[in-house]
Amino acid sequence: MSNIRSWSTNGTHRVPYWVYTDPAIYAQEIEKIFGGRSWNYVGLEAEIPNQGDFKRTSIGETSVIVVRGREGQVHVLRNQCAHRGLQVCRQESGTTRAFQCPYHQWTYRLDGDLSGVPFAKGVGGQGGMPEDFDRKDHGLKKLNVATRHGAIFASFAFDIEPLENYLGEKMLTLFDRVFPGKPLRVLGISRQRIPANWKLMFENIKDPYHASLLHVFLVTFGLFRVDNPSRTEMDATGRHSALISQRGGDRTASAATQEMSSFREKLELRDPKLLDIVKEFPDPATVVMQTIWPNLIVQQQANTLATRQIVPKGPEAFDLNWTFFSYADDDAAMTARRLRHANLMGPAGFVSLDDSEVMDLAQRGIHNDEDAAALVEMGGRGTEDHAHIVTETAIRAFYAYYRDAMAL
Amino acid sequence: MGLRDEIDALYARYAFLLDEGPIAEWPSLFAADGSYRAMTRENVDRGWPLALMLCESRAAIEDRVYAIENLAMTIPRRVRHLISGFMIEEMQAGAAVTANFAMFETLDGEQTQCVAAGRYRDILVRESDGRLLFREKVSIADSAIVHNSLVFPF
Repeated sequence: MSNIRSWSTNGTHRVPYWVYTDPAIYAQEIEKIFGGRSWNYVGLEAEIPNQGDFKRTSIGETSVIVVRGREGQVHVLRNQCAHRGLQVCRQESGTTRAFQCPYHQWTYRLDGDLSGVPFAKGVGGQGGMPEDFDRKDHGLKKLNVATRHGAIFASFAFDIEPLENYLGEKMLTLFDRVFPGKPLRVLGISRQRIPANWKLMFENIKDPYHASLLHVFLVTFGLFRVDNPSRTEMDATGRHSALISQRGGDRTASAATQEMSSFREKLELRDPKLLDIVKEFPDPATVVMQTIWPNLIVQQQANTLATRQIVPKGPEAFDLNWTFFSYADDDAAMTARRLRHANLMGPAGFVSLDDSEVMDLAQRGIHNDEDAAALVEMGGRGTEDHAHIVTETAIRAFYAYYRDAMAL
Repeated sequence: MGLRDEIDALYARYAFLLDEGPIAEWPSLFAADGSYRAMTRENVDRGWPLALMLCESRAAIEDRVYAIENLAMTIPRRVRHLISGFMIEEMQAGAAVTANFAMFETLDGEQTQCVAAGRYRDILVRESDGRLLFREKVSIADSAIVHNSLVFPF
């Protein structure tokens, strides 16, 4: 299929606004990116610990069921009856022995196989399915599944590289830093529907430039600041990235804070427990924000840990599902701390609230000006790793891969 | 004034300070060791402790209010709380109260929309000076999905 759009510049230091608004581009993203050779994050194993536990979620626009089967393995099934296409799973989560379509009661096992079709042999010699009807051919569509240390990924593609290769060595090491293979415990899920294109969420996490300017909390309390030791890194393809930084030792003003209007030298918390950060990783990094193509953000900031799953809802909206978690062997004080630090994040987060508001404003600004383009030149025009965070290189790298994946 | 009237007045003040201000006085409705949690029914039903907003002391509630007024970058808006259907269980030195709530939000230049509807599950305490204050306020929204951002407590 030839594209109705063409990217008029070389490189990705300009991003045309039609990538955020055009329904035809969006339709191709659903097909080529979410429906293509990608590992999509769908949840944590700790959400479905026992046989028959399931959750419903979406990959792109497609509803899927993530379920733990009889032998303990995880299945990801398209939530669509093989008969007439109804959604067979009507709950966000639960425990079941089988999935049954309400319309004609076709019944599916936990692995998606079709186990029952009422009146398949007819009634009193009348009707019934044709002789050659075989239940084996009509299960729920099964997706390719990969798990890594408690995180579940699924793909519509079966000719896709293993998850570990897909992440690449550098990103796998950072992933394993937060998911070391220890049992996890879910602390809760927050969900928000953001009226902006899904890619703006990825760009937000790939854009450390804004973090030192927009977020008073990050800046004032030194949680993430341009004058802290920091790095911006990508995998070999540019599709995944990580911002890695180390909290400054004090809150003193520096040459850089002169340009940060959001720096408040005298701001004090009345309840300082909000930021009673305990070092828990062997490396000096205090924040690692990792983005994994095409729908996952792994967040470690202070002692809050979360996955953020992106579910697109048309070209101008997406859902962001945050699953906050802890390690099963955390003591009560650490669990309480993680829950307190979660105040920084989520739909009401002291930090992330600014982001959802800014994405809303971005979409409003972009809307109906498709021929204009974003200027993405902080830190140059290239896509290489940087040993600092005064850069938009990760956004450029993301779009270099995006152009390739979309043939734009 | 009977207990029910006193409770009605406390919740009227709760809504008024969030809706009309000054919001800086809203924390004064909580005991010093009082807590505020904005939660979703999804998390409550699954036994997950995560809150959208978690304030474990009046001081933390004051921090949240300060951030709303001075730190957060938000599109200008106002909110409106409707609270009804009190069920009251009198306790020694206080009461357990549940009630329905709805919070509407109006962004500058836009139509009003409902951002949360749900149930309060609160514990009130009688202070030594006779005032009735919140010791534990748990606001539970029926929907798990927040429309963009949650700026004000519900």
